[in-house]
Amino acid sequence: MRIYADNAATTKMSEKAIAAMLPFLSDIYYNPSSLYALGQEAKDALEAAREDIAECIGASQREIIFTSGGSEGDNQAILSAAKIGEKNGKKHIISDGIEHHAVLNTLKKLEKSGFEVTYLPVYENGIVKPEDLLSSLRDDTCLVTIMYANNEIGTIQPIKEIGEICKKHGVIFHTDAVQAVGHIPVNVKDDNIDMLSASAHKFHGPKGVGFLYVKRGIALTNLIEGGAQERGKRAGTENVGGIAAMAAALKESVANMKNASQKLTELRNKLIIGLSGIPHSALNGDKTKRLPSNVNFCFEGIEGESLLLLLDDKGICASSGSACTSGSLDPSHVLLSIGRPHDVAHGSLRLTIGDDTDEEQVDYIIKSVNEVVTHLRNFSPVWRDLTAGKANFIL
Amino acid sequence: MALYSDKVMDHFRNPRNLGIIENADGIGEVGNAKCGDIMKIYLKIDNDIITDVKFETFGCGSAIASSSMATELIKGKPISEALDLTNKAVAEALDGLPKIKMHCSVLAEEAIKKAIEDYYEKKNEKL
Repeated sequence: MRIYADNAATTKMSEKAIAAMLPFLSDIYYNPSSLYALGQEAKDALEAAREDIAECIGASQREIIFTSGGSEGDNQAILSAAKIGEKNGKKHIISDGIEHHAVLNTLKKLEKSGFEVTYLPVYENGIVKPEDLLSSLRDDTCLVTIMYANNEIGTIQPIKEIGEICKKHGVIFHTDAVQAVGHIPVNVKDDNIDMLSASAHKFHGPKGVGFLYVKRGIALTNLIEGGAQERGKRAGTENVGGIAAMAAALKESVANMKNASQKLTELRNKLIIGLSGIPHSALNGDKTKRLPSNVNFCFEGIEGESLLLLLDDKGICASSGSACTSGSLDPSHVLLSIGRPHDVAHGSLRLTIGDDTDEEQVDYIIKSVNEVVTHLRNFSPVWRDLTAGKANFIL
Repeated sequence: MALYSDKVMDHFRNPRNLGIIENADGIGEVGNAKCGDIMKIYLKIDNDIITDVKFETFGCGSAIASSSMATELIKGKPISEALDLTNKAVAEALDGLPKIKMHCSVLAEEAIKKAIEDYYEKKNEKL
């Protein structure tokens, strides 16, 4: 059995997305900036995609800039807002500790150049409190950047309330919506979002393409200088096929969202209940305010990488926030932010299910995780000390 | 290419000398749970020869494989040879480890040295 349970890492392209892309790889390969009719055909496809994408998130087409993906969007949005702030003598930014590194590392860069960043707490459930935002706002706050939904623990932030507060106080609000767009309802007008980044490969589109929504009136700073593509805000010949595929994928995801999320939520809850049966384990992140696809657990006494390798042997693709899988010495900053101690954070498992997941697969995952955790605990000195009463259980 | 060599995966999937030794002559534990790696090695020593060795490991695939390989390399050997075992030798016997995983082989070397130290300490106490 081969089970893909890592849809937060990337998704399989949908057939519609592939079909939408193909013509631009063969027949309509022309440069959309060219004057002749064939070039304009490519240009038309680009603008149709822009229109479709705008409609999916409640924006107008002039507010959509095509990018290479979520990281680029996050970088450009944050640096642009910072530039506007700096011009007005405002150098304070509000964010939180569980953002993606595309946001966190951009903020770090700004901190080095004199910006001050307040990181809101996310508490044990992995969700920020609007009142914390309210009390952190200052006269010199130029940007609030808080993700729509978290990539590791799937928690969904109170975006609408955050947007309202930002609007009321005249502060630009950016959200990294990479995990949300195409999966849960997102409407930039209803949510008072000023800037939003998204990435196609998270909603069954291709890799290397994404979009940034920027509310009319907010001046963008270029990351890439060159030609006048994307209204002069993002140079480089457009990835026409990728953009057409992204629009097709998003339209399809939004059309199927209601049914898909109902089915996923049921399977997710079944997984959560099943894995909760493993002793000394705990779900990470809020139980209900989380993406329909996301399950994230900590298992005491074991380490995540060995768990992943043995699950891979059983045909299950998953991920973990352990240090060994993050390539650093520390485990996931998200798990540490919600108060999981290092010892436990090393033993985490993220399963992100998708449209292909069925009940039989969920049963198999539960059985397999159970077996692997038991196996690893059997020769874990940490587990021996815990069960012998020499150390106290955390979970 | 896979993350690990076939040999690492073999020792990870089928660890040798797994478990504990009751009344071990020497026990060495290194690492800590905060860093994500703990190795514990148990030795049975007779006439300066390591007659039996077992281990328990909390850690990633290469930590488990390194401890497994290290126990194989010292089983049946005189103490002097076990003390000479380097982390490099453990990694080489596993057909190499990724650079960021070399510390796992260091832990294996240290765990063995600590277990032998423990053996000598216990022996001196008896005298």
